[in-house]
Amino acid sequence: MTGTTSRTTVTTVVPERAALALGDDALVLSHRLGEWAGHAPVLEEEVALANIALDLLGQARTLLSLVGDEDDLAFLREERAFRNVQLVEQPNGDFAHTIARQLYFSAYQELLYGQLAASDTVFAPLAAKAVKEVAYHRDHAEHWTLRLGDGTDESRRRMRHALDALWRYTGELFEPVEGLPVDGPALREGWLGRITGVLERAGLALPEGPQHTPWAAGGGRQGIHTEPFGRMLAEMQHLHRSHPGASW
Amino acid sequence: MTATAPETEAPDTAGLEAVFEAAVAADERIEPRDWMPDAYRATLVRQMAQHAHSEIIGMQPEANWITRAPSLRRKAILMAKVQDEAGHGLYLYSAAETLGTGREELLDKLHAGRQRYSSIFNYPTLTWADVGAIGWLVDGAAITNQVPLCRCSYGPYARAMVRICKEESFHQRQGYELLLTLSRGTPAQHAMAQDAVDRWWWPSLMMFGPPDDASAHSAQSMAWKIKRHSNDELRQRFVDICVPQAESLGLTLPDPDLRWNEERGHYDFGPIDWDEFHEVLRGNGPCNDQRLAQRRRAHEEGAWVREAAAAYAAKHGEATA
Repeated sequence: MTGTTSRTTVTTVVPERAALALGDDALVLSHRLGEWAGHAPVLEEEVALANIALDLLGQARTLLSLVGDEDDLAFLREERAFRNVQLVEQPNGDFAHTIARQLYFSAYQELLYGQLAASDTVFAPLAAKAVKEVAYHRDHAEHWTLRLGDGTDESRRRMRHALDALWRYTGELFEPVEGLPVDGPALREGWLGRITGVLERAGLALPEGPQHTPWAAGGGRQGIHTEPFGRMLAEMQHLHRSHPGASW
Repeated sequence: MTATAPETEAPDTAGLEAVFEAAVAADERIEPRDWMPDAYRATLVRQMAQHAHSEIIGMQPEANWITRAPSLRRKAILMAKVQDEAGHGLYLYSAAETLGTGREELLDKLHAGRQRYSSIFNYPTLTWADVGAIGWLVDGAAITNQVPLCRCSYGPYARAMVRICKEESFHQRQGYELLLTLSRGTPAQHAMAQDAVDRWWWPSLMMFGPPDDASAHSAQSMAWKIKRHSNDELRQRFVDICVPQAESLGLTLPDPDLRWNEERGHYDFGPIDWDEFHEVLRGNGPCNDQRLAQRRRAHEEGAWVREAAAAYAAKHGEATA
């Protein structure tokens, strides 16, 4: 070490709030998808859902590591310190709910990472890799939206119900995040176009009403979560917390 | 091997049988379009189905810990492993389908309790260390059993096993490394590792099947070169491999009779509780009901999804998902 004299490398400033927000989104959704293991409707979906979960976990690890120790951040923060949107913490529900959640979130994530990949920020390298993974996730969700929407009466009913039930959680995706260099309104416009297109092809209507009424979710980015989230964290963190300081 | 059954009447069964026997004797591979004895076909379907079912049911005891894995690295490893198991199930169902059966039919038999899966998956995973013990011991036993299957006389099965064994070896090393980390960790972690090995050791030895003098299918399977070694030979090989590994892990194996036998050049080990083995096979193990119930529930609750995919495929001329 040469002390505090001239530094030649540029210090990259990590916008911590933004890194945590994106990292927590990926971490929490990965966890929810991991809950499907051994429960999927068909073996191919065991593989696909685990694959998506692994991609997201990889993204989460990179993002959390920008901020600090990935395990400290994942296992030792309380519920109020998590910055993920409420959409990703929603319970899996039936397969249609899981697909609707994937559809809404992956379309958002693809657009978001597309912007970040082109940005001059610390997120650019991660986003350049992740945008390819997320394009696959979006494709998977869209194909299932088509199959379920245009499959049987039962699958159409379930898909419509799931899309409606999760709609209120989508507005939060476009709220500004401190340090996240994205054009929120443009993201929302692109997202709405994407979702509308898929739902039309699936013979499904866009859920009714603007995203913010009658009651819309919000607050995940400020650490305000829904009730199922605390239980999810209790399960996720209990072993790590039971052995303070241990290595695994 | 090229002989195929004549399309018209009166096949020369004796001649076909001779061609088949000669191919097996010459260590050639039997392929799906080749003639084969009905009993050979039936044995392979039974064994490959049981193998595929074991991969699928075997996801459950490990998936039980995915949501509680204590670090993100371990969580990623475990998720990837469970995903691989689903993939192995897919290979093996495909290989079984070359014998004229279908995945749906095999799954129906599993769900109806008419086909088996490995007895080991009827034991519960009670702590995180069990994930390591499964990797080290259960995957280790599976590899010992499966490496010779890479030379099995039936081509599609042998080729599936080559792919599967590569991934299984990787899982086994990860399991060993997990236990090593626990063994060298805090006293509580070390105790957790020891407890897991104590609970998984004997069930792992049972994975090799009944002793040679009580194994119904062994002689015929060996004659057909489906099996290459007897149950007891493979079990002994496994014990010989595990004892030094346990020493380097800093863990003990729960067998007071375990000791090196200079004369035999092998480890002697204590008697296996075959009553327990048969009880588990009969469906009376700790998790038999739970494992089958979860598998049936996933299948039943997924029926509407599979129906939707089929209906969509029919409308759009797409292959069924």
